[in-house]
Amino acid sequence: MNLKELNDIAQKVRKKNEGFKKKVCVCCGAGCLSSGSEPVLKGLQQAVKDKGLENEIEVIPSGCMGPCNQGPLVKVLPDQTIYQKVLEPQVTAIVERHLSKQEVVTEMLIFSDSREVSADTSQDPFFKKQFKIVLQNCGNINPESINDYISVDGYRALDKALRLMSSEEVIAEIKHSRLRGRGGAGFPTGLKWETVYKYVASEKYVICNGDEGDPGAFMDRSVLEGDPHRVLEGMAIAGYAIGAQKGFAYIRGEYPLAIKRFDQAIKQARKLGLLGKNIMGTEFSFDVEIRIGAGAFVCGEETALIASIEGKRGTPRPRPPFPAESGLWGKPTLINNVETFANIAPIILRGGEWYSEIGTPKSAGTKVFALAGKIQYSGLIEVPMGMSLREIIFDIGGGVPGGKKFKAAQTGGPSGGCIPEEYLDTKVDYESLVSLGSIMGSGGLIIMDETSDMVDVARFFMEFCMDESCGKCVPCRVGTKQMYDLLSKICFGKAREYDLKLLEELAVYVKETSLCGLGMSAPNPLLSTLRYFRKEYVEHLKGTPASQIPSLPVS
Amino acid sequence: MAVKILIAIDDRPLEVESGKTILEVCQENKIDIPVMCHLKGLTDVGACRLCLVEIEGIPKLLSSCTTKVAPNQKIKTQSERLKKHQRLTVELFFAERNHICSVCVANNNCELQDMAKSVSMDHVRFPYLFQPCDVDASQGKYVIDHHRCIMCTRCVRVCSEVEGAFNWDVMGRGFKARIISDFSQPWGESTTCTACGKCLQVCPTGALWPKNVSQGQLQKNPESIMELVEKRRMGI
Repeated sequence: MNLKELNDIAQKVRKKNEGFKKKVCVCCGAGCLSSGSEPVLKGLQQAVKDKGLENEIEVIPSGCMGPCNQGPLVKVLPDQTIYQKVLEPQVTAIVERHLSKQEVVTEMLIFSDSREVSADTSQDPFFKKQFKIVLQNCGNINPESINDYISVDGYRALDKALRLMSSEEVIAEIKHSRLRGRGGAGFPTGLKWETVYKYVASEKYVICNGDEGDPGAFMDRSVLEGDPHRVLEGMAIAGYAIGAQKGFAYIRGEYPLAIKRFDQAIKQARKLGLLGKNIMGTEFSFDVEIRIGAGAFVCGEETALIASIEGKRGTPRPRPPFPAESGLWGKPTLINNVETFANIAPIILRGGEWYSEIGTPKSAGTKVFALAGKIQYSGLIEVPMGMSLREIIFDIGGGVPGGKKFKAAQTGGPSGGCIPEEYLDTKVDYESLVSLGSIMGSGGLIIMDETSDMVDVARFFMEFCMDESCGKCVPCRVGTKQMYDLLSKICFGKAREYDLKLLEELAVYVKETSLCGLGMSAPNPLLSTLRYFRKEYVEHLKGTPASQIPSLPVS
Repeated sequence: MAVKILIAIDDRPLEVESGKTILEVCQENKIDIPVMCHLKGLTDVGACRLCLVEIEGIPKLLSSCTTKVAPNQKIKTQSERLKKHQRLTVELFFAERNHICSVCVANNNCELQDMAKSVSMDHVRFPYLFQPCDVDASQGKYVIDHHRCIMCTRCVRVCSEVEGAFNWDVMGRGFKARIISDFSQPWGESTTCTACGKCLQVCPTGALWPKNVSQGQLQKNPESIMELVEKRRMGI
């Protein structure tokens, strides 16, 4: 496979697309599938056939389009019209009116139940305010077709890197882009690549961390389901840059569709000579295997993930030494998040300069957020770094439903913190969130309103950390359990001031002495809610009114 | 030939061999650091968090058993913060399972008791969890009482690294994790255990004990394991 052949494939796909009057994309991400989009896909394909329109209308499955809670979603191109809550009975309306008579089904337009929307729904602020790099192809191509990916510049970045750039030049481009790891820690990606590159070893490895364990986070899942080739291409470019011939994609077992689509992508790429020995006729060989997670949040921690791939119990080990020096099977290992890899191909194609100009001085590029909780429109969005929380929550997300008042936004999942109303105008980037006592995290953004009990929020996240603690070190293993018990005592109105003091002392202890990031960040939601909502804790100390006692924990 | 480097521990300048861990260097220079999961001769895992030290320029506390010395490191082993953390760790140990010294074979000969004394932990401020645990006496000569186990994993490591039998392992997560024999089967049914008794010798508490002792009568000899490992290393 060479550049000319890639372009030939793209040409063929484009010609085929031009032959159609309309392309209808039906979202087949796990979210819309569970709302029933598969019968919609089949129904549309059958109805188009029945009307004899199969040479004019193409109906394909696509990846995530964004506003997941309004699904199943159907998009008509080139009109850029998205229909919401489409079930089998609504198929006829779309085919009879929009596809046959160019008559837009206005009552089914996305967001039409809450505001004025035009037929070109891409003009709605939900979409207009976003800037898609990672999610660029999701919702527009068929993730199960490598030809579709090639038709939208797929694998041109790999070709450019292999044919026109040296490993050092690839690393320099990534460094120039100022891309930071999207898994949560925000470590400069170019620097990490350079560190692994510098170590001399008989083997090196690339690992894609697809364990995505934060409750409420589904960014990585959607990218793996909606555009798996983009991630694969990123991994191959990384392998070329650092000198690795083998990559592993560690995908959590709870994502069977992502695993299936990524596996499909690997096989398709191998068949076309875009993966495997002598890629695109060069000396560079690189292949990828999938390893499936087995239900442990701690395996998202890099050293525990490595232990898991090695066939051992998924427990972290102390660092130093870091995986860059001694990782998988003791060899230099580069481990990056799914979203980080998805940014690589665009950076190589359009240049690090282009990427570095998006975002803020310290945080370049865009971030994918999973909006959830007490918000009108929940789902996936991608915005440039530096957009304010207010814009994200109210302009894009539609604000808090039911006329309720916004109370806090939780970022970073069980490792992060809550941001109250007075900081809504904060420009979201790595540093600003840390200064507020939270972290960027992987991108989960949970909105809370006036009915949310912040002590219960802290308790929820502490329960999660307690359940997911691997058990190796005492501070996390016993500390999270003791903190959870104390938080429960406070929530049930049975605690006294002494308990709160003990809880605070435990929080500092667990944060400072834990072996890995799980334990070190487990106290964050607690510390953050204490910082901004201390009076709720104090109120609970006076005794909790019956209406506010949370439901009994099921153990 | 190992390279010599200069470091400072508690403001005391020292010339040490690179490649050694901070703990090794401290022990060689009679600087006291509390340890529990560490046993000379076994791979260090940094699990108990008692040996943590402060290193200037590094915001995190690092376990001295797993961290190698580096040129110009300024290490602190004594500080109010470290002492508070050590006490809390021991408090959590005592509250985690069911440590009733008065009926235990290891009474007065127990590393957990000794640790409580050396970090000055004289009362536990946390509610005891009183977790339900098993006592497995199915093995012919030995007993494992999980009520007294602190999950230091010395038994797991000595069985895999020194005896090579791989009988012991860890199953489960968090505070519900337990040491298991073979595939979580009664010890007496183990097809890998060689009944060598090394796990008994290295266990810091009264969790592993031989059937012929009673309260306070346990005598352990972890030094014998350390000597064995050293002899093997020297090819004797």
